[in-house]
Amino acid sequence: MTTRANLVYLIALPLFSSAFLMLLGKIANKWGHFFATAISASTFGIGIVEFIAMRSRSGDARAATQHLFEWISVGTFRVDASLLLDQLSICFVLLITGVGTLIHIYSIAYMSHDVDRRRFFAYLNLFIAAMLLLVLGDSYLNLYVGWEGVGLASYLLIGFWNQKPAYATAAKKAFVANRVGDVGLSLAIMIAFTQFGSVTFAGVKDGAPHASAAALTAIGAMLLLAAAGKSAQFPLQSWLGDAMAGPTPVSALIHAATMVTAGVYLITRSNFIFDASSTARLLVVIVGAITLLFGAIVGTAKDDIKKALAASTMSQIGYMILATGLGPVGYAFAIMHLLTHGFFKASMFLGAGSVMHGMDDEVNMRRYGALGKVMPITAITFGLGYLAIIGVPPFAGFYSKDKIIETAFNAGGTKGILLGGAALLGAAITAFYMTRVFVLTFMGKKRWDDKAHPHESPSLMWIPMVLLSLGSVASGYLLSKGSALVHWLAPVVNSSNAEGGAELMKPIVVSALALGVVVLGVATAIIKYGRSVPIEAPAGSALTRFARRDLGQDDLNHQLLVLPGQAITRTLVATDFGFIDGVVRAVGWTLAYLSQSLKKIQNGYVRSYALLMTAGAIALLVTIWLVTL
Amino acid sequence: MSLLTALELVPLIGSLLLFAVPKENSKLIKQFAFALSIVTLAVSGLIALRFKTSVPGMQFVESHTWISNFGIQYAVGIDGLALVLILLTTILTPIVLLAGWNEADNGRWSVRTFYILMLVLESSMIAVFAATDVFLFYVIFEAMLIPVYLLIGGYGRGERAQAAMKFLLYSLFGGLLMLAALIGIYIISTNQIGGTFDLAKLSTLQIDSGTENFLFLGFFIAFAIKAPLWPFHTWLPGAAKSATPATSVLLLGVLDKVGTYGMIRFCITLFPHATKTFTPLIIVLAVISILYGAFLAIGQRDINGLIAFTSISHFGFIVLGIFAMTSQGISGATLYMVNHGFSTAALFLVAGWMVARRKSSAIEDFGGLQRVTPVMAWCFFIAGMSALALPGISSFVSEFLVLVGTFTRYPVAAVFGTTGIVLAALYVLITVQRSLHGPTTPGNEEMTDLNLREKIAIAPVIAILVLMGFYSQPILNWINPSSHQTMQAAGYSDPLPKAGK
Amino acid sequence: MDISNYIYLSAILFVIGAIGVVVRRNAIVVFMCVELMLNAANLAFVTFSRIHGNLGGQIASFFTMVVAACEVVVGLAIIVTMYRSRRSASVDDASLLKR
Repeated sequence: MTTRANLVYLIALPLFSSAFLMLLGKIANKWGHFFATAISASTFGIGIVEFIAMRSRSGDARAATQHLFEWISVGTFRVDASLLLDQLSICFVLLITGVGTLIHIYSIAYMSHDVDRRRFFAYLNLFIAAMLLLVLGDSYLNLYVGWEGVGLASYLLIGFWNQKPAYATAAKKAFVANRVGDVGLSLAIMIAFTQFGSVTFAGVKDGAPHASAAALTAIGAMLLLAAAGKSAQFPLQSWLGDAMAGPTPVSALIHAATMVTAGVYLITRSNFIFDASSTARLLVVIVGAITLLFGAIVGTAKDDIKKALAASTMSQIGYMILATGLGPVGYAFAIMHLLTHGFFKASMFLGAGSVMHGMDDEVNMRRYGALGKVMPITAITFGLGYLAIIGVPPFAGFYSKDKIIETAFNAGGTKGILLGGAALLGAAITAFYMTRVFVLTFMGKKRWDDKAHPHESPSLMWIPMVLLSLGSVASGYLLSKGSALVHWLAPVVNSSNAEGGAELMKPIVVSALALGVVVLGVATAIIKYGRSVPIEAPAGSALTRFARRDLGQDDLNHQLLVLPGQAITRTLVATDFGFIDGVVRAVGWTLAYLSQSLKKIQNGYVRSYALLMTAGAIALLVTIWLVTL
Repeated sequence: MSLLTALELVPLIGSLLLFAVPKENSKLIKQFAFALSIVTLAVSGLIALRFKTSVPGMQFVESHTWISNFGIQYAVGIDGLALVLILLTTILTPIVLLAGWNEADNGRWSVRTFYILMLVLESSMIAVFAATDVFLFYVIFEAMLIPVYLLIGGYGRGERAQAAMKFLLYSLFGGLLMLAALIGIYIISTNQIGGTFDLAKLSTLQIDSGTENFLFLGFFIAFAIKAPLWPFHTWLPGAAKSATPATSVLLLGVLDKVGTYGMIRFCITLFPHATKTFTPLIIVLAVISILYGAFLAIGQRDINGLIAFTSISHFGFIVLGIFAMTSQGISGATLYMVNHGFSTAALFLVAGWMVARRKSSAIEDFGGLQRVTPVMAWCFFIAGMSALALPGISSFVSEFLVLVGTFTRYPVAAVFGTTGIVLAALYVLITVQRSLHGPTTPGNEEMTDLNLREKIAIAPVIAILVLMGFYSQPILNWINPSSHQTMQAAGYSDPLPKAGK
Repeated sequence: MDISNYIYLSAILFVIGAIGVVVRRNAIVVFMCVELMLNAANLAFVTFSRIHGNLGGQIASFFTMVVAACEVVVGLAIIVTMYRSRRSASVDDASLLKR
């Protein structure tokens, strides 16, 4: 029944390549980037081969496994290092290696002036290895290794230019926020082991029907916490904006296309938990809905092109998370949006990188303008991604986002209307802020000073952009044609036996509504930013200022976590010295004081010794006398 | 004579031979001591090869009558638990000797004395893990203090005399309580089975619960001071700040493990009922240690103090795992002892090199080292990653086993313990940022990177950290049978899955 | 005459001697006071010997005298040496034991 396949090379190749490039040092400076790109391309090749092999198998035999070795085995706790490639993970493998390879190619040119280019490529390969482990592990603990592995790669890459203190801080912030999520993942694994005696996906799936509702909800909530950390969802989203400190290809690969979507993967992979607990599903949709609006609102206020795109990523992942909370059919739509998003967001980030490359790393969109004329390829590829994200038919985002809005409306009752409304509102705001980004960057009058010489990027950079933008044009249609992806994923996420649910509105009405709000959003943005844009950001309304500050998330974290944490630390440091060690020292002092007092008797005068002896003799006599009395 | 006795004797005889080497020839002394530690490592490797995983109980057993009037024996033997700790000792000793090649040059006494003390310390650490006679254990437990006291007081830095004295007094206080308990249990054995200090025989005694509680506390407090468990920890930061890196590694990496080892070997085995009584209290202390150590580590300005407090946090995990009384908890805790040994070794050694180059141990004096000394920075980074238990590095396996083992029996404690991983990320990353990232702090521009000797010394530690992260099952196979025996002795068995079919 | 008067005399002599040792500074005087105490003890020995009618006390007093004689030899030698080195016979000056 089970198919065996040699999957370990997918992980081993980039992992060893990464270690190899790190250990080799300067010798590899000349060719390290080509080597890493070749390795990444070869993993893509393996991915394609596995995909073709999987398609040639049928039904239950499609999923392939590989057992590597016994990793941890203590008592009944047994975790093997073994890999699982099924219909869900192959989607990710292709996305990670495909987009990953394109971004490797892009980075060869983008990072060509950086002295540490070899190190950069070693990190990228490390990321590819960890991300593949994340999606290929057959148990939660294997996933966890990949999960933290991508966290490490993300930390290293955000802090790639860590000689700048702000960048180093951003890297640290990302890691710590992710660690909060990791607490959730750890606890979920522990609850799963306590409940089911197993931490493999298969074992937990088998056990899930026998578990209590409370346990399932607890696991679900903890998994959601993990997903929130990794995927920058409310309330752990604050790190993503700062993560833009990393080189732009990193933002495209890790903080847009792949790593941040790991939370969606986790929830989809754990569908058996969420299907069994409506409370957990409710939590998921709440988090998704809040984040999609949150990200969209923040996106409208940012002048930094990368931060605007980051806010957009947050919002789009909110859509995906929302979809995963909507039951079996939602998983497939979440994955579909994830894949299309991987294309169009990566394309736009690379476009932003291309703009920055031409503009001496200027990121403020208010200093761009009219770049479409000097960077036509960038403008067109970015534009295609832009049309895809706002959901204009027939671009990719239209197919995937529309389905999510539709499913949200069909969730039933007030909940359906609220979620659908939120999704629709999000679509409108998305259209507004993405239009704003596009107009500010590529249209209008030039606002850059004459010192800047914007130019089109070299072919190594624009070829990946073109390929990705083709994906953002066509992927939506291809994936949704005849519900291809839904059927493909059905064996993993049980979407085939999903009940239809009462339709609130006909799909065509939803599409029309969505298009309507998109047009509204685009029009508003063009009216507002079409003619003139001040180079200095106007003060703006209170809401704008609030959105510029990420809706107060950092301030909230500062007040709720950082300040109390610092206070606790200070108090404990003082307590440790003052009280705990103080008690110890007090014992010492007391003894020292007593001996100081006794020391006075030893004054060296024979006469006083004699007196003491006499007194002692008298005391002894008196005692004897009293006792015998 | 069994191999085990030979293993104890090699460094001891070697230290005596060192007296024959002229004091001035420090190079020869260093080479000789290093060669001896390598020989010891080889002998311990032989023991590991001959060790049979499938046989339960003690192996390489040897016993001779020592003081017949009191039934005291020279009795040694090892199980998986003792084996891994002995291997930890024999692997770390040559590494620290190599890493701290020049540490003894500016001490109060000669280089020769330093190496004699180091070898005596190694011998006594092996013996303390091998002893199966409780009196023998006690004698070595106390005797070990002398070389450490002299190493801190004679070769340390800063307020070394004070730190050494504090360490000695704390340990002696604990040892005194243990001695009282030891005499108590001997008297009980005289009444029941004829006076003996044999561990296996003592564990069959019937002790009434009030007495058992007192005896348990006598042993436990001694071990809690050594471990060190909150609130008995305040000697550790001072000792870590004052000792040389090599001494610190042996002190925190190996010597402190005697505390947690003793909890498993003596507290639980000898006093199962009292263990049950005190478990809730100890679990609370362990959780406090985890969080307290982590917070204090965040608040440290001194790099060695930081490592000391991270160790307190990690010892909290070890104690938590031991008293969770699940096979995952105890095996995880045992594995944690080994992993923590290597992790701390990496931290102390690299920090020691940083301090030696910068002539300051304040974290704020470093900065931007990633650019100046990349190899050293990477070593420190990897050591830091092992301290925060990054998956793929060995500490993760043990930390997760401890937590999962604790969760099955004490979920609340495990939840609190798990939040410790966020704090761990904070203290490691804050330190990494302050010392490695940012612009190069003035005064660090000329700092030299690791030389060949230092690279050779640190390479095996890092290799072990990474390899054992991916493949620690062979070591777990050694450990598992003895964890199983400990649980049997305490009368516990693993909880079953709640949603069983 | 009541024989117990000898005991009282002995006690008085002992107390005078003891006070002298404690109070006086001059080493010679202190020394003489010590002798006085020894002789008080001797007197008590002899008296008790008389009361109990055996010779034990008298023998003990002979021992005491021999010891006292030795002591005088050694003690005076020390005092003379001390006086030579310090030009003083005050016991308070000889407080070297303090350190």
